[in-house]
Amino acid sequence: MKALLSWLREFAPGIDGDAAALGDMLSALGLTVEETTVTGSVPDGVVLGRVLELRPHPDADRIQLVEVDDGSGKSLQVCCGAFNMAVGDLVPLARVGAVLPSGLEIARRKMRGQASEGMCCSEIELDMGDDAEGIMILNDRVPAGAGPGTPLAEALGLEPDVLWDLEVGANRPDALSVMGVARDLAAGLGVAFEPPDWSTAASGPDTSDVAAVEIVDPTLCGRFVGRVLRNAPQGASPPWLANRLTALGMRPINSIVDISNYVMLELGQPSHTFDLGRVAGARIRVRRARDGETITTLDGVRRTLAAGDGVIADGDDEAIGIAGIMGGASTEIDAGTTDVLVEMAWWDPPSISRTAKHLNLASEAATRFRRGADWGDNVERCMNRFVQLAAEQGAGVAPGLIDERGDLPDRRPLRVRTSRVNSLLGTGLSTADMAGHLRSIGFGADPADDAELDVTIPTWRWDTETETDIAEEVARLHGYENIERTVPTANEAGGLSAYQQDRRLVREVLVGAGCYETQPMPFVAPGALAAVGLPEDGITLSNPVDDSESVLRTSLLPGQLRAVAYNQRHFNGDTRLFEIGHVYLPAPQGQLLPDEREFLAVALSGEEAPAAVAVLDLLAEALALPAVELRSGSLPGMHPTRAAEVAVAGRVRGAVGEVDPGALEAAGVSGRVAWLQIDLQEVLDGPRARRRYRPVSKYPPSDVDLAFVVPESVAAAQVERALRASAGALLARIELFDVYRGPGVADGSRSLAYRLRFQAHDRTLTDAEVAEARQRCIDETTRRTGAALRS
Amino acid sequence: MIEGYEQAAARAEERLAAAADLGAVSGIERELLGRRSLFADAKRRLGDLDPGDRAEAGRRLNGARARVEAAAAAARERLAAADRDDRHAAERLDLTERLPQTVPLRRGRLHPVTQARDRLEDVFVGMGYTVAEGPEVESAWYNFEALNIPDWHPARSSFDTIFVDLGEPEEVMLRAHTSPVQIRVMEGRKPPVYIVAPGRTFRSDTADATHLPAFNQIEGLAVDRNITMGDLAGTIDEFVRAFFGREVKSRLRPSYFPFTEPSAEFDISRPDGSWLELGGCGMVHPNVLRNCGIDPEQWQGFAFGFGIDRLAVMRHEIDDIREFVNNDTRFLSQF
Repeated sequence: MKALLSWLREFAPGIDGDAAALGDMLSALGLTVEETTVTGSVPDGVVLGRVLELRPHPDADRIQLVEVDDGSGKSLQVCCGAFNMAVGDLVPLARVGAVLPSGLEIARRKMRGQASEGMCCSEIELDMGDDAEGIMILNDRVPAGAGPGTPLAEALGLEPDVLWDLEVGANRPDALSVMGVARDLAAGLGVAFEPPDWSTAASGPDTSDVAAVEIVDPTLCGRFVGRVLRNAPQGASPPWLANRLTALGMRPINSIVDISNYVMLELGQPSHTFDLGRVAGARIRVRRARDGETITTLDGVRRTLAAGDGVIADGDDEAIGIAGIMGGASTEIDAGTTDVLVEMAWWDPPSISRTAKHLNLASEAATRFRRGADWGDNVERCMNRFVQLAAEQGAGVAPGLIDERGDLPDRRPLRVRTSRVNSLLGTGLSTADMAGHLRSIGFGADPADDAELDVTIPTWRWDTETETDIAEEVARLHGYENIERTVPTANEAGGLSAYQQDRRLVREVLVGAGCYETQPMPFVAPGALAAVGLPEDGITLSNPVDDSESVLRTSLLPGQLRAVAYNQRHFNGDTRLFEIGHVYLPAPQGQLLPDEREFLAVALSGEEAPAAVAVLDLLAEALALPAVELRSGSLPGMHPTRAAEVAVAGRVRGAVGEVDPGALEAAGVSGRVAWLQIDLQEVLDGPRARRRYRPVSKYPPSDVDLAFVVPESVAAAQVERALRASAGALLARIELFDVYRGPGVADGSRSLAYRLRFQAHDRTLTDAEVAEARQRCIDETTRRTGAALRS
Repeated sequence: MIEGYEQAAARAEERLAAAADLGAVSGIERELLGRRSLFADAKRRLGDLDPGDRAEAGRRLNGARARVEAAAAAARERLAAADRDDRHAAERLDLTERLPQTVPLRRGRLHPVTQARDRLEDVFVGMGYTVAEGPEVESAWYNFEALNIPDWHPARSSFDTIFVDLGEPEEVMLRAHTSPVQIRVMEGRKPPVYIVAPGRTFRSDTADATHLPAFNQIEGLAVDRNITMGDLAGTIDEFVRAFFGREVKSRLRPSYFPFTEPSAEFDISRPDGSWLELGGCGMVHPNVLRNCGIDPEQWQGFAFGFGIDRLAVMRHEIDDIREFVNNDTRFLSQF
């Protein structure tokens, strides 16, 4: 909503002060100022000048010499870069000493040797428009008496004014009008709010003799006021009215439409006008639509209504308007119109809201009706204003009003406990304080006793209904900044959950391992999941922002590959990336929402599978994950021979290895990408190894190195398991330190070299003990795995 | 004449199915399909036929030719797959061969939004709050209805919600704010409740320097016996000083949200004396408490919410938030 200071003052002449202070007050009242514009201000020293003579500059092509009459009796020479004026034109002349809005001070100077004693101005130089090309030509824009030397502001009838663009909440239908803004601002400033009323002489037959209205559905329409005009004006609006509409952001159209918009902006009430001669039977019936009923609206669109939509029908029960949203084409006013029926109604907000939504039809009227218009005396005021403006432009006004009623909101006084209001706000206001605040904005407030008020909520506040709503009004007028600040004393300890702490640990481990955290958006293109070898079963968006981002991811793989490709494309080389984010798996049977899980992914570009396994090992160690196993298998999106399922405590929780080369190619990634993805939620919520103290041995260890030739079909993990099982209780540590394939080792096998450390807690081991353990390891491992000791 | 070509095509199909390398496939293609091939010859000879027979013969010839072409493509695909399989077999790795790895001595970085989120969580944890989380795909109940935004409410359209194809139209959506977590927490346990809920939220905004369709918010909720609006203002103030510095002030301005009453926007002071709007807040609406089975005569509370990404933007003077989702390491390595 835009508000013009001069217009506000027509409702509360006491509104005064500088623009910034008034703006702060509006914001403090909840009418947040988004933009402030000072309009109609012309710098001192800018006057009308008349062009007497135009001469070429002797030494410059792009400027000419203008002889100007500035009203002082002698002419001035001005150098000017524009060529759009003619001798005799009236132009704005900035005299020497004038300061233009840009800050430029006009001085006497020479341009290429010629004196310039002022400046002829364009619109943009005076901040009066966007035209920067030519000098403003004012011949037709100033009254006949205005001659050279007249200050420009006076010549154009301009007065400084302030225009605010206000953000108004959905609970403040009243503040979508100049009057409503003025009421609040006057209350905030403590000045009188005195809305004018208007009266107009009427003649001819009474409105109720020439038109009739029937409210068939009282739940739809709470009030319908109608009045008839004859010979409605149809030309252009007078400039003052058109200027105000323009200032508030509406385009002037024609007289009757402009009056309707003017009254709506000024007083808040939308109206609609019917060509009464085209309304069958001059009768209006207000009812709900039949499902599938059609109507062609003013904008020429044929629309299909649903049962429940509000309709204005004529005497033949044909729909001639969509209630509160848009009129019909069949009764639109045109050059042949004589009698006009003006409608001002109150519509049930939810009904209007639903209809506007399903028809996808927004209008200024609907915006107000869906928030709740005023159904009280303001309707008559608005009608009076409408006919007064129409009469000023030559319309005849029929006496009398049609005033039909349906169901209106209950406005019996509401009992408000001052203790409750104070307890919500943390204030100590008296009943009288609260009553004063409420009355200042038109609420009724009668003390019921010392501790309670009977509050009558005004009809322009449809959304205001409860004790809490009243508390908000009291707080607003009291001033939010006047509420004493306190801090509650929580009796509980704050903290992160175990899950949240572990998630931070995971991040820190990965950062320590050289990984950058990424946060790609969770959307992928249709087909993007299939392109990287995953099932194409992502949940789709109904109204995606971008069609190439219309599917919810089921894996972090597409997003990570995109990040890898982005970095490669931008010459950042290979990168270590990770992400912790949600994936959205298909909804389980019988559930509405998807199976949403938090996953962890690590993508190491330019690295091979063992790097990802090493990262997994780091995490397993940091989180004390029990029994992490790698199980070979064919995994979607993963390299066929370089990937394994990750099982934690016997349950599959993810995959590790490398990304499938086909998926890399589809994603535009070059080189290999080592990859780890786990269901973080399951892993962190799952079992953990207990870290129980074991005494540290004081005795020296004995290391034994063993190398086995192992067929490729036997996993290193099997060999390690066999070694652990056979080494016995004296084994302190085992480590694979070398893998060898090549001459000396048969094709289809490789050599795995382990270092085993033996140590006891109570003695130094003898050579015989170590030798015995060594032999046991060799015997058992060769027997169990088919490995051979490499000699 | 046509039978002969069809027989040749059938033989070629068999040979292609058995071809052992790409050279063999190319040879067969040259022989049958090339410029001086059997089928090229056949096409020339079609002209010799009676005009009445020509159409039928042409159709059969084209069919045979198409079968050979398909067989050649299948053979190429088969050989490529075999080649892939060979390559994959040759590079097979036993992932359980865990040799000690040397990790490069270079730190990665946490995403700047994560850093901001962690700092926020830490401030509120210090003030006695726990951290709650909720799903990003939500039902209309949690995203709207329980928050006192019925289907007809004008505020609904202001969320620019992204809906998903689940349930009835507009029944399931990407959450437009973190406020649904308020409902999930209060449904799950009785007051007192002191939580903050950071997380990803979504609006139907085209990505540009200052907008992303996916962004992050943090929500706060305190419900207890005697929580007041003064407590709200004091809590915001304390948070602002802890997070932005002791010299930074806060103020509340009246505003409107369906789920709080009274509602406010909160601003923080800038060094030049102007104010910057940071987020929305208010006293939890009695209808919201009722929707969670909490008696508003017994309990009252406040809630607040604001963007996390914007804090990272302010802290690091980032001028294009699309960098948050590009994941360019030249960007990520700066924080």
